[in-house]
Amino acid sequence: MSSYEARFKVWRGDVGGGGLEDFAVEVNDGEVVLDIIHRLQATQVPDLAVRWNCKAGKCGSCSAEINGRPRLLCMTRMSVFDRDETITVTPLRAFPVIRDLVTDVGFNYAKARQVPAFVPPEGLGPGEYRMMQEDVDRSQEFRKCIECFLCQDTCHVVRDHEENKQAFAGPRFLMRVAELDMHPLDAAEENGLDRGRTAQDEHGLGYCNITKCCTEVCPEGIRITDNALIPLKERAVDRKYDPLVWLGSKIRRRSSAG
Amino acid sequence: MATGTEPPATEPRRRSGGVTAGTRAAIDAPHLRTDRWWLAPAATAAGLLAFVVYSTWRALSNADYYAAPYVSPFYSPCLAENCVPMRAGPNWELFGSWWVLSPAVIILIFPLGFRLTCYYYRKAYYRGFWASPPACAVAEPHRKYTGETRFPLILQNVHRYFFYAAIVVAGILTYDTVLAFRDEHYDWGHMGLGTLVFLVNIVLIWAYTISCHSCRHIVGGKLKHFSRHPVRYRMWQWVGRLNARHMQLAWASLLSVALVDLYVYLVATGAFDDPRFF
Amino acid sequence: MTVVDRQEWDVVVVGAGGAGLRAAIEARERGARTAVICKSLFGKAHTVMAEGGIAAAMGNVNAGDDWRVHFRDTLRGGKFLNQWRMAELHAQEAPQRVWELETWGALFDRTKDGRISQRNFGGHEYPRLAHVGDRTGLELIRTLQQKIVALQQEDFRETGDYEARLKVFQECTVTRVLKEGDRVAGVFGYERETGRFFVLEAPAVVLATGGIGKSFKVTSNSWEYTGDGHALALLAGAPLLNMEFVQFHPTGMVWPPSVKGILVTESVRGDGGVLRNSEGKRFMFDYVPDVFKDKYAESEEEGDRWYDDPDHNRRPPELLPRDEVARAINAEVKAGRGSPHGGVFLDVSTRMPAEVIRRRLPSMYHQFKELADVDITAEPMEVGPTCHYVMGGIAVDSDSAAARGVPGLFAAGEVAGGMHGSNRLGGNSLSDLLVFGRRAGLYAAEYAAGRTAARPRADDAQVDAAAAEALRPFSAESEAPAEGPPENPYALHQELQQAMNDLVGIIRREPEMKQALEKLAELRLRARRAGVEGHRQFNPGWHLALDLRNMLLVSECVARSALERTESRGGHTREDHSVMDRAWRNVNLLCELTDPTGGLAATDPVRGQITLTRERTEPIRPDLLALFEKEELVKYLTEEELDA
Repeated sequence: MSSYEARFKVWRGDVGGGGLEDFAVEVNDGEVVLDIIHRLQATQVPDLAVRWNCKAGKCGSCSAEINGRPRLLCMTRMSVFDRDETITVTPLRAFPVIRDLVTDVGFNYAKARQVPAFVPPEGLGPGEYRMMQEDVDRSQEFRKCIECFLCQDTCHVVRDHEENKQAFAGPRFLMRVAELDMHPLDAAEENGLDRGRTAQDEHGLGYCNITKCCTEVCPEGIRITDNALIPLKERAVDRKYDPLVWLGSKIRRRSSAG
Repeated sequence: MATGTEPPATEPRRRSGGVTAGTRAAIDAPHLRTDRWWLAPAATAAGLLAFVVYSTWRALSNADYYAAPYVSPFYSPCLAENCVPMRAGPNWELFGSWWVLSPAVIILIFPLGFRLTCYYYRKAYYRGFWASPPACAVAEPHRKYTGETRFPLILQNVHRYFFYAAIVVAGILTYDTVLAFRDEHYDWGHMGLGTLVFLVNIVLIWAYTISCHSCRHIVGGKLKHFSRHPVRYRMWQWVGRLNARHMQLAWASLLSVALVDLYVYLVATGAFDDPRFF
Repeated sequence: MTVVDRQEWDVVVVGAGGAGLRAAIEARERGARTAVICKSLFGKAHTVMAEGGIAAAMGNVNAGDDWRVHFRDTLRGGKFLNQWRMAELHAQEAPQRVWELETWGALFDRTKDGRISQRNFGGHEYPRLAHVGDRTGLELIRTLQQKIVALQQEDFRETGDYEARLKVFQECTVTRVLKEGDRVAGVFGYERETGRFFVLEAPAVVLATGGIGKSFKVTSNSWEYTGDGHALALLAGAPLLNMEFVQFHPTGMVWPPSVKGILVTESVRGDGGVLRNSEGKRFMFDYVPDVFKDKYAESEEEGDRWYDDPDHNRRPPELLPRDEVARAINAEVKAGRGSPHGGVFLDVSTRMPAEVIRRRLPSMYHQFKELADVDITAEPMEVGPTCHYVMGGIAVDSDSAAARGVPGLFAAGEVAGGMHGSNRLGGNSLSDLLVFGRRAGLYAAEYAAGRTAARPRADDAQVDAAAAEALRPFSAESEAPAEGPPENPYALHQELQQAMNDLVGIIRREPEMKQALEKLAELRLRARRAGVEGHRQFNPGWHLALDLRNMLLVSECVARSALERTESRGGHTREDHSVMDRAWRNVNLLCELTDPTGGLAATDPVRGQITLTRERTEPIRPDLLALFEKEELVKYLTEEELDA
């Protein structure tokens, strides 16, 4: 076991203002940044506000920015830093700050509400659902999401443009649309809800310029851009920009109706 | 109520802005990254710029693009009357004598459009040239951003048409590669270093083309039930595996196509003699 | 008088884990206006940590399974101390609860024919756990969360307000259940973000706050698990049941120190992982207790064959119930055959190809890779017991989940006692959450509906007292200077965790537990002086100071009950009474507040704040007993019980 003293800069303050404060703090073998924040709480600043829960990268509570990069505090090991490096910890910078490392992530909950829920298929009761593994694989990948909102934080569409928050759901919730659109038993279409189209029209898919930062920061390693956003864009193209597909689906619908 | 489920009230005086906007943590720096985040976009920009300069020069030069049996991919198919005659080559005079520019311009629009609207290249030039964003969590310099919601960028949605065109182009380049198994007297069954270069290039071109996100969607991604379409499911998986390397293939094929052209140029100008294997 | 915001609801659910959300969904669907309060953000509850699966006898993988087999396994696992009616309802209703999740959008792993796949787990006779890789808890919580959003969307379409009938109050802590007379009148709490107090008035309150693990040093539980619901119930006058039964999960991480205690899912063993000591020996074969002798393999070869042919072989002893495995690991380490960091080796790397490991145990692979720098496909993990779950809890009515003695109070999930007896089987907690969460919501809504005319109302004095209690840490210095200097809540918490871990941990002895009670009395006194800096806005020091009250209350219940029960059973192991005693089989220990008027300051370590009473359990219904062989029953039940 070896321990050393690390230098930290931690942002402290609230919506009224604040700044980076310097700390020197002990670091032991095998620790993560969240351990250091906890040590600061226990020994130097008992009222340092930070969100955390599981400490194992499963709940997505302790999202913050370390040296300017959106990360989970509990999954960032101290061993990735040089011992003489000053480590800067700030709250997520895309959301309004509440206090210290805690931000108001209400944006995400508001957006979650705007995505229409799973539509159960008619005529299938509980216990009668049959789905093949290969049909649920894609949506299962997206359901690994722990809602840490790092993707929402890093996405420049809202990070750098507050005014886009109205129109843009963010990668997490566009992925939710994709998840439902790929759910083998989702009956949205039968009930007149075209998820591919609403992704573009209501959730701001067009704002995404696929620069892949969401995928880069995802602690679950979900390939958000390649597997959710781009397929969703292609589905929107089917509905809105591809006359052949549009025509084909019209004809098929007519013939199946007839 | 605490961290509401209501949308947070944005400050009335600051409806716009980014990381330094009113309600966010008061940090003046546009970013706090300490790594060399600028390296990747800078390298991307440099690489793309180099290709643009080289290809513009070659496409407009209208010379040294054919050295039997090799035709530069920039000039294939050659569709104008002013083309250098290529015996049994991709040389169809669809455009009459009125076309006076370089014949490369007619055809290059398709691969160029394919790459310009490609999901990888979009990322690359949005980041590298447009700094939108320059790197993750680094503030972009633009005041306003509308992404691909309006003209002209909404045209990015035509990518799949360019994909169809790219298939045709790749088909023709395959034909060129087959023709490269002749010698300079048009006798079949020969091979030179050029043939090998062509082969490598065409494999990369196809891999890049097939690994396209639109292709992945068309072969199977659009389906809701893979289990009912086992063949398309397998194709989707296969394309998906290639797709995971779309970026690498994009660069490799870009490089190879330029190298093939350079090879033809060198042989055509006589600066280099194509070594024949048999 | 403190001015606090008062709101009226029909049902208030405290806790937004699996049980709380399921209760809220049910209450709202039964027409009750329902509020959910949770300490964390919505969707972050500790349920996400559950990995293995949801036990439900659907019989998708082995058609021989049905609720009777599940009931039998549950009772065996709990050493026949379970509130048998709960175990019966649980086994019967679990499949419905799982299938219902699918209609809300859950995507479980599938069998070849498209049904929900089920996996093997310790103590379960058949493959029974519906799962999604090793992130089943996340799937459960997300599905319930999304169902709540779906209901809110429904309400929005009708009323224009998402929160008209179902609202989640996130990042709020409840510190008191308010009453009028003996009936529940609502809850008092504060917003963590602003520190503002609020009162939600409601005739029915469902407690679904989870467990108590944060009173122990090595635990798989998150900071939220401070026994809030247990303490709230005690303070409201409801008794706690069998608090001595604390489950130590056999496999927690032991290194690095910062992640010590974090869970290593039982699926590692269910899918073929084996336990070895430092000599490389699969030691579990030496630890099969008599009651399980004929159910487990006697040789490694037979155990290995079982994975492929479970009908003709017996399962390997690595899959014994958790209490047995935890004790065995403890014994091996004590005997000097442990791993370098004080655990034993859990190995999958020599049992499965790397690719299979990564596919079947993805989050374990990442957890070890990222937190311990161990590649589990190439080397064994080091694991040791970690405090995981409390079987004891609020004494409830089996059918309605109503807490005893306090009309209007309901409890579901880990905070409720009885269901799991003396030891919980893996996978039975998620199904417990769903089955009894639903029942609690149902009966709470029903109860509230009968009281819309004359809603009970908490008087202002109670609210003022609650506010004063919550503000006390800010004036610790000025209020009691004579008693001593202010105390650091973090230091107190660490001392409490150390004491509970060392003195009332996995193996218990009488003198140590007595010592623990004295230590708890001392800490209780010092906790009165727990002081905090700063202000009320998102102040973790203050939050911890308030949580200390709950942890101290609950810890005393655990220590006092553990001292009383002079036998070893399930999650309660006494070195000085090392065998299971059939005479204790039908004895429940109930903890109640000694001084319900609020004399929390009782300083007498012998008497403390908790009074224990013994109670005989209701005899198991004969038709349920008939599900067991007589030879098995004699191991658990006394002659008189068998004759009757």
